[in-house]
Amino acid sequence: MSGRVLVGVKRVIDYAVKIRVKPDNSCVVTDGVKHSMNPFCEIAVEEAVKMKEKKLIKEVVVVSCGPQQAMETIRTALAMGADRGIHVEVTGKDYENLGPLQVSKIMAALAKKEDALLVILGKQAIDDDCNQTGQMTAALLDWPQGTFASELSMEGDKIKVVREIDGGLETVKINTPAVITADLRLNTPRYATLPNIMKAKKKKIANVKPADLGVDITSRLEVLRVDEPPQREAGVKVETVDDLLARLKEAGRI
Amino acid sequence: MALREGALRLNLLLNSRTFYKFNSSVGVRSLSENVSSTPVTSSAPEIAGDHLIYTQEHFALKESLRKIIDQEINPHVEQWEAEGIFPAHKVFKILGSAGFLGVNKPVEYGGLGLDYSYSVAVAEELGHIRCGGIPMAIGVQTDMTTPALARFGSAELKQEFLLPSIMGDKVACLGVSEVGAGSDVSSIMTKAVRKGDEYVINGGKMWTTNGTQADWICLLVNTSDGPPHRNKSLICVPMNLPGVQIARKIEKLGMWSSDTAEVFFDDVHVPCKNIIGQEGMGFTYQMLQFQEERLWAVAIVILTMMENVIQETIQYTRQRKIFKRPVLHHQSVHFRLAELQTEVELLRALLHSATALYIKGNDVTKLASMAKLKGGRLAREVGDSCLQFWGGMGFTSDVLVSRFYRDSRLMSIGGGADEVMLGIICKYMDILPKN
Repeated sequence: MSGRVLVGVKRVIDYAVKIRVKPDNSCVVTDGVKHSMNPFCEIAVEEAVKMKEKKLIKEVVVVSCGPQQAMETIRTALAMGADRGIHVEVTGKDYENLGPLQVSKIMAALAKKEDALLVILGKQAIDDDCNQTGQMTAALLDWPQGTFASELSMEGDKIKVVREIDGGLETVKINTPAVITADLRLNTPRYATLPNIMKAKKKKIANVKPADLGVDITSRLEVLRVDEPPQREAGVKVETVDDLLARLKEAGRI
Repeated sequence: MALREGALRLNLLLNSRTFYKFNSSVGVRSLSENVSSTPVTSSAPEIAGDHLIYTQEHFALKESLRKIIDQEINPHVEQWEAEGIFPAHKVFKILGSAGFLGVNKPVEYGGLGLDYSYSVAVAEELGHIRCGGIPMAIGVQTDMTTPALARFGSAELKQEFLLPSIMGDKVACLGVSEVGAGSDVSSIMTKAVRKGDEYVINGGKMWTTNGTQADWICLLVNTSDGPPHRNKSLICVPMNLPGVQIARKIEKLGMWSSDTAEVFFDDVHVPCKNIIGQEGMGFTYQMLQFQEERLWAVAIVILTMMENVIQETIQYTRQRKIFKRPVLHHQSVHFRLAELQTEVELLRALLHSATALYIKGNDVTKLASMAKLKGGRLAREVGDSCLQFWGGMGFTSDVLVSRFYRDSRLMSIGGGADEVMLGIICKYMDILPKN
């Protein structure tokens, strides 16, 4: 086993930005808008770097799919302690249509190519909230998966994963190689310190295209329309429970 | 004639207050739905290659620093402003551990040895702090108390004072201005008399930012009876020595979260080896730093705080209606905002070109003085006009613009008053009357 961990990071619109839909309802406005690394991806990077610091693994390779700007996200991960990066170049329309299935195919191909011990991803991206890439990647590789991880520990050649589920916490033990997706409480990502930012300059970022990995990224989905959520309207006060029931019936809610 | 600079070594910072409530807690990423609507001004132009002075690393630095500000500093600003002090040791340690306090300081002492453009990038980003006091305090630590020490101090002195200041373990303050000497630095009265291998210091200093919390003070004193520009020295004085008295914390119009002290020195004994560089050179050393100090102050004020104020004013006036139309739709309002933004861009261009020249080794005293002069005056205009557009709300303590209005007023006074800047520019234009 290579002791190598592959971490996928996604460049998304920054969580603090107020999202606006384009006037033609085709998609959201991304031009000139602040972007950053998906928060769950940051947690994934942090976990991988921590594992390397504890000497549980040897190398952290960070991957991002997208246009030129995806390199910034990779560099942020390098500044957090990742060893090298792979930029999978996807631009224009292809990028707009890039979804979990295509990304999983890319991640699976890279996991095999890099002989990865683990693939760690964020549980979901804050722009599409799909929560699919990790699971699909595991399926394509036929690897075990530990999703919504809030705690990880290596036990020999197995991994113990504490998962956050609706009812509470579930602990599973899975074989390696495996796919993990990081949940909020897995760790608190470190700040990229200035010395590490400067060191990251020297780290390598390889450039590949999906075709080089034998992956077809044509999308099977077509986005028809994007709308803003309906404006919140004024509420109505009622005096009694009977009133409330009558109103709800009127509005066709019950 | 050598005009005096640096009355108040206080940098000016503006406060920026969130328009809506901020609910991220310290150290934990807030991923909840109630996200703050702070105007996210994209400080990173999309293509780093086109920028006059910034590279990818500069933008990465700004992003990382911004995270620290958003997580560790801004959530507490309201409280610290109300308390009239911020926990300097705690905040400086966080910044120091991330490498932001020694950007252009020597690597041997924990610094990064980068050029001044990186310091400007840090300063710009610090303008996202929602008040003026804290960036000012940081500026004192990084660009007013330590540059001379880094350049001229002995190895032993740097080990004792520079290294911990860069790591954020020790808080520094600057002792130059006195009750009787502001713009006219040469007339300071604090004296250090040599007795054996010690100096005995008597006197007092005023307007000492970080003064109530500092571990050491970079003190400008008279060490002989010579001509006023050649009889002064800079000495590193620990603040816990017997005889050092923090007389009072000064109540100010603005910069509330920054503690400003009046300090007295009553027969304070300090080893002679604590002197920075050569005796008699103190005045010169302090002057050498001014270009950097001024570029720093301007960077924070214009590039970030003023823009944030303008952006928040746009947001507010867009949703606030008068006579059935948004305030913003009235021509006097949007035209004025356009004027202000234009001037901000002009000042930014001046700052960046001065920085570019400076890192190539040029003397940018005239440009830096112009930038500081304009910065102070423009900040007053921005504050005044924007406050007007906020109407009654602008007059309350709940909004950023009123804090900015108060804090930014210092810019024309501290770090070299407007009049001093004008004198310097005249000197370079050769239009000062000859004596």
